[in-house]
Amino acid sequence: MRKQVDPIIDRYRGDRTAIVAILHEINAAFRYLPREALERVSEQLSIPLSHLYSAATFYRSFDLEPCGEHEIQVCLGTACHVRGSELILDALSRRLGIKPGETTADSKYTLKRVNCLGACALGPLVSIDRDYHGHLTAHQAERLLEAYEDEDA
Amino acid sequence: MKTLKSAEELEVRREQIAGAGHREGASVAVCCGTGCSASGAREVVAAFEEQLLQRELEVPVLTRITGCHGFCEQGPLVVVEPGNIFYCRVEPEDVPEIIERTVLGAEAVERLLYVDPVSGEPVQQEAEVPFYRGQKRLTLGWNGQISPHRIEDYVGVGGYRALAGALGSLSPEQVIANIKESGLRGRGGGGFPAGRKWELCRRATGEPKYLICNADEGDPGCFQDRSLLEGNPHLVIEGAIIAAYAVGAAKGFIYVRNEYPLAVEHAGIALVQAREWGLLGEDILGSGFDFELQLTRGGGAFVCGEETALISSIEGLSGEPNPRPRPPYPVEKGLWGKPTLINNVKTLAAVPLITERGGAWYGQIGTAASKGTMIFSLTGKVNNTGLVEVPMGMTLQQLIYEIGGGIPGGKEFKAVQTGGPAGGCLPASKLDLPLDYEKLTEAGSIMGSGGMIVMDERTCMVDVARYFLSFTVDESCGKCTPCREGGRQMMAYLDEITAGRGKPEYLERLRELAAAMQAGSLCALGRLAPNPVLTTLRYFEDEYRVHIEERRCPAGVCKELITYSIDEEACTACRRCNRHCPTGAISGPKKEVPRLDPELCIRCGICRDVCRFDAIVVQ
Repeated sequence: MRKQVDPIIDRYRGDRTAIVAILHEINAAFRYLPREALERVSEQLSIPLSHLYSAATFYRSFDLEPCGEHEIQVCLGTACHVRGSELILDALSRRLGIKPGETTADSKYTLKRVNCLGACALGPLVSIDRDYHGHLTAHQAERLLEAYEDEDA
Repeated sequence: MKTLKSAEELEVRREQIAGAGHREGASVAVCCGTGCSASGAREVVAAFEEQLLQRELEVPVLTRITGCHGFCEQGPLVVVEPGNIFYCRVEPEDVPEIIERTVLGAEAVERLLYVDPVSGEPVQQEAEVPFYRGQKRLTLGWNGQISPHRIEDYVGVGGYRALAGALGSLSPEQVIANIKESGLRGRGGGGFPAGRKWELCRRATGEPKYLICNADEGDPGCFQDRSLLEGNPHLVIEGAIIAAYAVGAAKGFIYVRNEYPLAVEHAGIALVQAREWGLLGEDILGSGFDFELQLTRGGGAFVCGEETALISSIEGLSGEPNPRPRPPYPVEKGLWGKPTLINNVKTLAAVPLITERGGAWYGQIGTAASKGTMIFSLTGKVNNTGLVEVPMGMTLQQLIYEIGGGIPGGKEFKAVQTGGPAGGCLPASKLDLPLDYEKLTEAGSIMGSGGMIVMDERTCMVDVARYFLSFTVDESCGKCTPCREGGRQMMAYLDEITAGRGKPEYLERLRELAAAMQAGSLCALGRLAPNPVLTTLRYFEDEYRVHIEERRCPAGVCKELITYSIDEEACTACRRCNRHCPTGAISGPKKEVPRLDPELCIRCGICRDVCRFDAIVVQ
């Protein structure tokens, strides 16, 4: 753990604006924010652990539980909403057997809702591991998932 | 790369770039904005690069990756020289023919041209496409012509000339006077006169002063800031440096939304380049002016687009950012208690042009109180979705029908939502409304940051109001009670109405709660959050009443109030719906129209998606 966390801490030593940036890097390295990592940041940079948790729970970008191998984000921006994105979220949630925000038991998929991915002209939109798939229907979203399952099989 | 030490050196560099360009020969420009990339533009680029190389041409042909052209609906977009020929929906398989016939043969491949839906005629040039014809692309225009990764491209088309001019021959006061004369107003939502804001910051006491470029574009349905930062980051950086010079800021931040990885990447590259060229840092272009600009990533919190919350997010010290009561305003006491100028990406992007061509010139565009152009993201139930830059004062009708091409599938226009979650929904009777700050506010909506979501007869206005409110309730930081509790209570009423359990008195209670939120909330998020509910109540009260009195959703959206059934006339008994229904609600013997069991149906919409004969009816 320290081997991965300490270089991140060192990069931001003395930077007063760094909490969010540090959390971004730790979240990217571990696919979530492990408690031990936050304790190390707190101790090394003399930031109260409560402040770190305050930021970690306030912002959406951070995860307190480990994420799955594939991150599925269903865009629920307005343009996607009026074109039926709720039905897509429901379909994926049903298919994976998890609620939005959860990870499958085999740690393969994490399903997230996101307020807008900013590619509104392509709505409804789903991103899987940051690859965008636009103009989807609920049925096509299910098919997309099957393609990933086949690939991993 | 040698650092530039004066405006003259910048000019020399520009001439070198222009002379060394591939302009005389042919070139292929592929839009790699987020939209086109999602539609496969990267594969198209790879195909061009590989196949152009294979041909071992005598004069090499440049494949240029450009930023977002705005016409995302038709992507991937490709523009080929010679002839400036514009192709839509290009796939890697089309590349050999484009090289053979257009790049080498200088003729158009007709099947890839955009077809004007009105005349039915193919259109060769981008500018002739109806989507672009009515636009005035002052800030977005460069996106399609330069590569966002190359500062040379930006400098080659005249970039940083406005900065050099300002540093060399204008005092900060003169720069501000110019912006004041232009009438430019904040493009992030507030619409506060930019020149006045700059002047207040200039006059404020306290050192050092800071500049923040607000690129925390959180409004769902908006992607203008993203496209500018991704497609032309140097334009925004140049605007920021000019603004910093005008107010006397020593340090600046570009606060980018974390959901925009490509914008973070491109802005980051551009900042490094600007520093290497001596356009950032100490003694910029030999003027004696020092300015440092850095990138800060947001954490995915809508409220951080609000000025004071954004400031506390950058300060980072207490973890959770919060809006603060005002006054004092950020221009007096902002970041770390120092005078701070916060401008939106679009505002700063307009600055180089105004500085170079003059405030009077910019002030001629638009209406009396709303000057210049505005970039809208036109999305939802409209044919030509994408980014649109038009002079202020254009009517909704022109924007949606002439540029947007009207409503798809022959459906009826119902409403347009402007201004994001804090804006409002305007009905067909407001289509002749000119787009300016005051007119939109009078109609109950706002300009906001330029979201424009078109809705048709299949959009339920109660559901839309509930959607926006659920967004703002979710994003409320919880610090002040009117926003935190008021939003939740309004949500509870809307939940009841959309579930068919509404009572007539709920409408009055919604209005009362809205008034309390507007009067008592600490920041704009809470004050404006009731807008979507209020405008839908104002213009679509009948639809609320049908939900309450008849327990019916006329648009066929609210799940608890609709039923699915099969149209026996249209059904061919192909059994696709039967096979795909996740709950086994559709069944029946072969070669017969299947039965749909309303008890088992979960209204997931899969049957309607897979039906090829439009035989699934939702009522």
